[in-house]
Amino acid sequence: MRHYIFEGAGRRVMSLAQKLGAVSLMIKSLFVWFFRAKPEIREIVKQAVRIGVESLPVTILTSFFTGMVLALQMGYTSKYLFNEPLYIGTMVAFSLVKELAPVLTSIVVAGRVGASVTAEIGTMKVTEQIDALYTLGTNPTRYLLIPRYAAFLITIPLLTVFSDFTGIFGGFLVSNMKFSVPGSVYWNDIVTFMEIKNFMHGFVKTFAFAFMIVTVSCYKGLTCEEGAEGVGRATTQSVVTSMVLVMVLDYFISAALVAIGLI
Amino acid sequence: MIEIQNITKSYSGRKVLDNASITINDGEIFSVIGPSGCGKSTLLKCIVRLIKPESGRILVDGRNVVDIDDEFELAKIRKNFGYLFQGGALFDSLTVMENITFGLKYLTDIPKSEYPRIAREKLALVGLENAENIKPAELSGGMKKRAALARAIAAEPKYIFYDEPTTGLDPITSDMILGLISDMAAKLKITSIIVTHDIKLAFTISNRVAMLDKGNFEISGTPEELRKSSSPAFKKFTDEALSPDVQGRRHDLDVKHHKQWY
Repeated sequence: MRHYIFEGAGRRVMSLAQKLGAVSLMIKSLFVWFFRAKPEIREIVKQAVRIGVESLPVTILTSFFTGMVLALQMGYTSKYLFNEPLYIGTMVAFSLVKELAPVLTSIVVAGRVGASVTAEIGTMKVTEQIDALYTLGTNPTRYLLIPRYAAFLITIPLLTVFSDFTGIFGGFLVSNMKFSVPGSVYWNDIVTFMEIKNFMHGFVKTFAFAFMIVTVSCYKGLTCEEGAEGVGRATTQSVVTSMVLVMVLDYFISAALVAIGLI
Repeated sequence: MIEIQNITKSYSGRKVLDNASITINDGEIFSVIGPSGCGKSTLLKCIVRLIKPESGRILVDGRNVVDIDDEFELAKIRKNFGYLFQGGALFDSLTVMENITFGLKYLTDIPKSEYPRIAREKLALVGLENAENIKPAELSGGMKKRAALARAIAAEPKYIFYDEPTTGLDPITSDMILGLISDMAAKLKITSIIVTHDIKLAFTISNRVAMLDKGNFEISGTPEELRKSSSPAFKKFTDEALSPDVQGRRHDLDVKHHKQWY
């Protein structure tokens, strides 16, 4: 019995090591081709527009309601504790800028675009379109991966900034209409306490999330098994892995940023 | 000239190619026949170096492509190759015109302004005029193959590889593709390497045919030489492939598959 447990555990460790090795090689080829070949500007713009435009409405909607619910909860909590709705703007802005906007935006993009990247590359693999790229003088790293990495690294931070502002605005509407907090007080609460480093804390994280999501999405697409079922399975795995890793990575990056003083 | 010398390739411990050797001369139409799963497509992919063989040498105009691992160098070698994939492998997100001109950017120094003219010229060669702005999803199976053929010849390669060019097509479209392969070889002086399980195709248009069986070339020669051959493996393969039962089933499958496109 114990023999089987160890065998199973060993197999899993080996499989994980193989996957990490394959991901490392993929990232290495990314850097090699980034410096060796002219970037596919048209593809980068196409992908960036696709990710940005496709994700913007749902990102705005998510952050707007998140900001609203944060203001609602903060308003009632502070009224309950202090008999007055205090520091709603501060709490909404801090929560959004440092944590919720980067994490929620990344999760939305992972679900919305990460899945489609995996499905697209996976379908290209099973229909030999990836092989066709080689025979036509290019390769998937140059034509597919670099544009998608560039697009993710540009758009996720930008979407997060949009998300920050939309969420704070949503919080303002609730604090003003529900708790009658004047606009000047709400905005003053934000600018008095928030520093640029607080914003940077959340902003820096988005690059790590973007890199991780695009790596998972591309890797799952390139390694998906044959057939429609293989593409479907790879797409699901890509979304689940990305979402879980966003959460895990969030904790460790936050801890590291706090340790270097970027609170 | 392409010289394949003692190539070995295995998948999960099973040897698909086992010390296989053959030479393909310039200008000829060379067909590789054999049952499904005998390593025909693997052989093509080894020559183009989409797959690296475990051992052996593949000399393309005297240069061993097996030793080359640098993608930049391989891209230079691949300039000599055109490849027609089994399912066409056209890029779904691009139009037919964009598909055809795709390789020109990477394989040639032709100015961009020339791309539309080249695309129209190649589309006319394969009988697909006015299909420039159509997406591959809107094409039938035969049209996809023809568009893919136009893409494969766009950069005017020295060698063209056809991977099961008539699979999944109805008999009429198959004959049309067959005619196109002959035309391409004659008009463009391209060396054509065809892998197929379609004996009729191989024997009709090839200068030379080789049969791959159990990882090695069982027999090779002109169609006439093969017809006279007494090789038991070749006899067994041709008897099975040409039996009325298999022919009938294949025709039914072809028609069924063809209907899916309409």
